[in-house]
Amino acid sequence: MTGKAYQYIKARDAVMRGIFLFCAAFSILALSCICVFLFANGLPFIAKTGISNFFGRKWHLSSGAYGILSMIAASFYVTALSTAIGVVIGLLTAISLYKFCPQKAVGPIRQMINLLAGIPSVIYGLFGLIVIVPYLRDHVSPNGIGYGILSASLVLAVMVLPTIVSVSLDSLNAVPGSYYEGALALGATKEQSVFKVMLPAAKSGVLAAVVLSIGRALGETMAVIMVIGGSPVMPKSLFQSVRTLTANIAMGATELSGDAATALVATGVVLFFFTMLLNISFSLLKGEANGER
Amino acid sequence: MNEQYNITVKNCDLHYGDFQALKGINIDILEREVTALIGPSGCGKSTFIKMLNRMNDLVENCRITGEIMIGGQDIYAKGTDVTLLRKNVGMVFQKPNPFPMSIYDNIAFAPRTFGIKKKAELDGIVEQSLKQAGLWDEARDRLRKSALSLSGGQQQRLCIARALAADPKILLMDEPTSALDPISTGKIEDLLSELKKDYTIVIVTHNMQQATRISDKTAFFLLGEIIEFGVTESIFSLPKDKRTENYITGRFG
Amino acid sequence: MGKDNAHKREILIYAACKFASLAALFICIIALVAVIAFVAIRGLPYISMQLIFGDYGKYPSIKPALLGTLYLIAISVSIAAPIGIGSAIFLTEYTKSNSRLVKSIRIAVETLAGIPSIVYGIFGYLVFVVALKYRYSLIGGGITLSIMILPVIVRSTEESLLSVPRSLREGSFALGSSMVRTIFSVVLPCAASGIVTSLILAIGRVMSESAVLILTIGMVVNKVPKGFSSPGTSLALDVYYFGSHGYPNEAAATGVVLLVLVVTINIIATVLGKKYGKGDLANE
Repeated sequence: MTGKAYQYIKARDAVMRGIFLFCAAFSILALSCICVFLFANGLPFIAKTGISNFFGRKWHLSSGAYGILSMIAASFYVTALSTAIGVVIGLLTAISLYKFCPQKAVGPIRQMINLLAGIPSVIYGLFGLIVIVPYLRDHVSPNGIGYGILSASLVLAVMVLPTIVSVSLDSLNAVPGSYYEGALALGATKEQSVFKVMLPAAKSGVLAAVVLSIGRALGETMAVIMVIGGSPVMPKSLFQSVRTLTANIAMGATELSGDAATALVATGVVLFFFTMLLNISFSLLKGEANGER
Repeated sequence: MNEQYNITVKNCDLHYGDFQALKGINIDILEREVTALIGPSGCGKSTFIKMLNRMNDLVENCRITGEIMIGGQDIYAKGTDVTLLRKNVGMVFQKPNPFPMSIYDNIAFAPRTFGIKKKAELDGIVEQSLKQAGLWDEARDRLRKSALSLSGGQQQRLCIARALAADPKILLMDEPTSALDPISTGKIEDLLSELKKDYTIVIVTHNMQQATRISDKTAFFLLGEIIEFGVTESIFSLPKDKRTENYITGRFG
Repeated sequence: MGKDNAHKREILIYAACKFASLAALFICIIALVAVIAFVAIRGLPYISMQLIFGDYGKYPSIKPALLGTLYLIAISVSIAAPIGIGSAIFLTEYTKSNSRLVKSIRIAVETLAGIPSIVYGIFGYLVFVVALKYRYSLIGGGITLSIMILPVIVRSTEESLLSVPRSLREGSFALGSSMVRTIFSVVLPCAASGIVTSLILAIGRVMSESAVLILTIGMVVNKVPKGFSSPGTSLALDVYYFGSHGYPNEAAATGVVLLVLVVTINIIATVLGKKYGKGDLANE
């Protein structure tokens, strides 16, 4: 072992560090590329079209009307409705898994739910297509149309269930058990302790679950386009063919060219913007949840 | 390298950020002796021995001033070969930390690091190190088994063998028996009295009896300073400092 | 007495809440089982040799999709795995504190994880089809996917690297090992099963993904891809294509194949993760 050997070792360490650093910085590079490509193509288009046209109500390509307001509205309704359904059922499910169902069943149920979290979204879309849409059309819809906001929301609600259940269950489990025992010791029933003490204590985690599922619902494409219909019109009913932001991008992309294709990129910019807002609020919530403990 | 493997520390201060962990340390540790470091928790003993093989380099915001000479060389001098330093100054940790690989691979780890590839040579090193650590008879038939299949005491002796396989001159031990049962502890203490014939040993211990049983010299640390350093027998029978006396008689710590 | 009644009423209300939560659990399980059950019932009868191995002609076949999926997995994992593992190594082994660089890397990874896949699709489309004037191709889709699965690999690899006890790294350094030797001989072998699990999960993601592909690989369902640069399709994309072009039965059958593959992969990952999870490093 000589000084030379040590030089070699140090040089090798430095080179490998450089390689690992490059790998780590690759994420930054990739993210910057995505932003640059998206904005460089989308923003000029929005500017050229004009804000009032682009955020207008009318999407009619042959007459140069690129208004995406109807899609923003549809995305909003679908996201809100699916999150509402998903959160109510998912949170209650998490609560029952937390204290009310036989503890032996919790493990297997959780495993099953985790497994279902990995199911491809097209499968959920397909389920919507072959089950929910026909059912709504034949039994619920007043106008004989099964496609639309309700179908999409139901499909998405089922799809986000696993996420909501496991995130809220995790945050419930993270609440110190002494809170629960303390509440019982004060004479509260089991139910009161869970709903009045544990649930509020886990609220930031639960909120994180809500934001997470909003993000998934807003960004989901495949499950939605199979059941939403796809007409670029202002949503007026739950049973009416409409088009979300994601659906607008997916439905047009392979067939369009020129300005129309760029309009889809601009739609992507809007979607990206909304998702970033959600991501930021999610990380703020997560920071808060961590800070609490 | 110098044959003399003495450790000489002069006016050494060590800071972790704003916290001063070691203050004005001066000590001469002679080769082929066992030096025990005693003192209450958090007094800087472990910090001190980690300074001797530069394990403190891994700690952020760690600043060291003063002079630390091993075998006549300043180990914090620019251009010091840290890997070679650590090869020459072996370390055994408080909890046994065998790598999750076979017993053989554990022992052969350091020789392989330093470029020994021939199987015959490695076999020889493995056998010799295990014999030195008193583990050969128990382990010879299961060299290919996972090191994690050994008991806690055996694992610690494996870690000693692993350190010896690097062919060090100095062995640093950070409370090597604190996680072990009395029988394993006894085995390791016996081992130390064998090993001191060939190695300079610095051992941190919480156990006064252990210090008296195994060490030639003892240093008493308190709040980052060496309060007293001398021949073990005299420190324990006639401590010069009141604080040393209080500590070894169990009034605090 | 009045107070007593109020108390009783409150207890009743909360008992009702408990009941609602059990009902929700029931609905949740039924809904999730229904997804699989309906797709399976509809699809199973339509699974045939023709569908899986036949040539696409008079009858539809998913052979192009199976091959396309394999191509996509090969491309995306072979790109994302080294980069992802390397970046996890950098984040866990080389950075002692939260420097600005580390913070920005973490933010970038988090952000990448949150971008909707259709936006990745647009990006892939803009890069490969528009900017490079290439065509729809498996390689374009695969590269885009590799960016998408990168955060998955980085995060879970990081987790498994962090589960390797610090004492093992110290042990290695104390024996005179360099950083590189410590990483490759001690840390990575100890974390190997966790890393493999993360790669398997990433494969699952690739198989499940379709929104990225709809914009990048061309959705050519009827031709077997000839290589990395051909346009193609994937299983998930086929489900969508069949479903929205009037072949719901074939869509369901393809869905069953996809489900079986994805669930198998997830089960393998779970079992691996459990078996080798933290058990073999119990020494810490």
